[in-house]
Amino acid sequence: MLQILVDAIVLGCSYALMAVGLNMVYGLLRIIHVAHAALYTLGAYVGLYCLYHFSSSLWLSLIFGAIFSALIGTLMYRIIYNPVLTAPRYVPLIAGAGVFIASQEIFRLLAGPYPYPFNASFKFLSLTHSHLRITETQMLIITFMIGAFLCLYLVINNTNLGMMWRACTQDMELAASSGINVNLIIAVNFMIGSALAGSAGVLMALYRNSVFPTMGAMVSYKAFVVVVLGGFGSIPGAAIAGILLAVAESLLGMVPLFNLPREAIAFLVMVLVLMFKPKGLFGR
Amino acid sequence: MTFGYILSICTFASIYAILILGLNILTGYTKQVSLGHAAFFAIGAYTQALLVTKAGLTFWSALPLSIALSMTIGVIMGLPSLRVSDDFLVLTTIGLNFIVMGITEYFDFFGGAMGIIGITMPTLWGRPLSTSGYFAITALFLMLALCVSYLFSRTWGRLAMEATGEDEEAAQSLGINTALYKIYAFALSSTFTGLAGVLWAHSIGSVFPRNFSFEMSVLFLSMLVFGGLGTIRGAIFGAFFLYLLPECFRFIENYRMLVYGALLTMIVILQPNGMLGRGGLLDRCFSKLTKKKAENQGIL
Repeated sequence: MLQILVDAIVLGCSYALMAVGLNMVYGLLRIIHVAHAALYTLGAYVGLYCLYHFSSSLWLSLIFGAIFSALIGTLMYRIIYNPVLTAPRYVPLIAGAGVFIASQEIFRLLAGPYPYPFNASFKFLSLTHSHLRITETQMLIITFMIGAFLCLYLVINNTNLGMMWRACTQDMELAASSGINVNLIIAVNFMIGSALAGSAGVLMALYRNSVFPTMGAMVSYKAFVVVVLGGFGSIPGAAIAGILLAVAESLLGMVPLFNLPREAIAFLVMVLVLMFKPKGLFGR
Repeated sequence: MTFGYILSICTFASIYAILILGLNILTGYTKQVSLGHAAFFAIGAYTQALLVTKAGLTFWSALPLSIALSMTIGVIMGLPSLRVSDDFLVLTTIGLNFIVMGITEYFDFFGGAMGIIGITMPTLWGRPLSTSGYFAITALFLMLALCVSYLFSRTWGRLAMEATGEDEEAAQSLGINTALYKIYAFALSSTFTGLAGVLWAHSIGSVFPRNFSFEMSVLFLSMLVFGGLGTIRGAIFGAFFLYLLPECFRFIENYRMLVYGALLTMIVILQPNGMLGRGGLLDRCFSKLTKKKAENQGIL
């Protein structure tokens, strides 16, 4: 039982890392960034490439995956979202969905449809206590998630950059008129969110020991659910809701009547939350 | 390319055209974007498959039942649109697609992942239809759908729906019951889509959950957006063009979804009204040819 809980929390960390990027984009631009999932897969593939061609160190592939995703994520904003910011709100969403579908196909054409193993060697803490076992990978993912969220929290609340970001989420035009470089803030916002998605991709590739073109799909659908559950624009909400969702899925999966496919359960929860609490469980 | 092959491709293209006409009413007129239209498609196809294989009904007796059920479920699935709108509604429709797919995959009643097979061709005057006969039936239904769409586009209902889509509060202040028209759009749209599902189930002979995935929904939306949101000619053109494109150029087949995805993104950014929509690329070409002003067009 405790073991199931630990596994669920690790899964929840990956949902949360994906959801925080979506949430930051939504908080700033009011766009549902569907193409975020492409960055998760991209991170995993770049990490894999580093692993095969440069060194067998996990850290290097993690860094490369994050940097590459951050660059492509920012580029995505410039090319795809920037021209349609003033259009009706569903337009960027459709554009993002197109990119997401196309990206899966690009990965399949470039790397082949079959899954690759992801064998990286690294040293980290692990924990074994009677029946409970937290592997090194699980420990790494949990630590990474906690570290990332702490950093993000500190940056947003205690630095100049964070203050500018908060100003932009409240009123973009007013922020611009008081001398804040809005374009820079948006770019940084996309960079951080995409880097987190990319590193989540590398970490989950390590955890599952496989990289394949459609790996981003399931996680990104879950990330939408997490964003809705946690409340749009709320970053701590994303962390809590991510873990809650993963635990709920694991526990509900054991009840005979509810062992529908996991994504169906998740979306059922999402539709119900949207119906009865449209602001999310932790939204303002 | 044999004659039978061309006929069967035309049959599928006509079925998609019926579906896109339905999506046009929902997404084109009331601007309620559905990225889960494969769910409505699945309901029509699965109901017909169950009625034909398990209840032993014929094509003709099961057809009205399937369409009625599609419409009913369409209205129920449209109820969320009263609470959420815009991008949240899109998320909800994506969710509905996954829920419907999950249910058909999980319950043995719907055949599970193995699907339902053995849906026979409909009979007419005691004889099973041939490929060409079935194409004729599909084409007739497409004509019917076209007529209904055209007649509907001439009514006050379409104007009310477009007003609701443009600005809900303004429409309410003009005395339009926006909630009613939103649900009305869902009902009409799911009727068309259910009909497409029924025809599709018979022409392919089997239904599987993976036929109704999220990718299909993206395909449907890209067909409509490519042709032109809110126009009948755009819906027909988009369905035929995007369905026939990979069939005519076989080398595209391998990266079909890449083409669809990239087209969807590019059209939305560069030609927000679609190729044949108001002010679209082809629309302008045609109006230059016929020397008409572009503003006067676009009722169809």
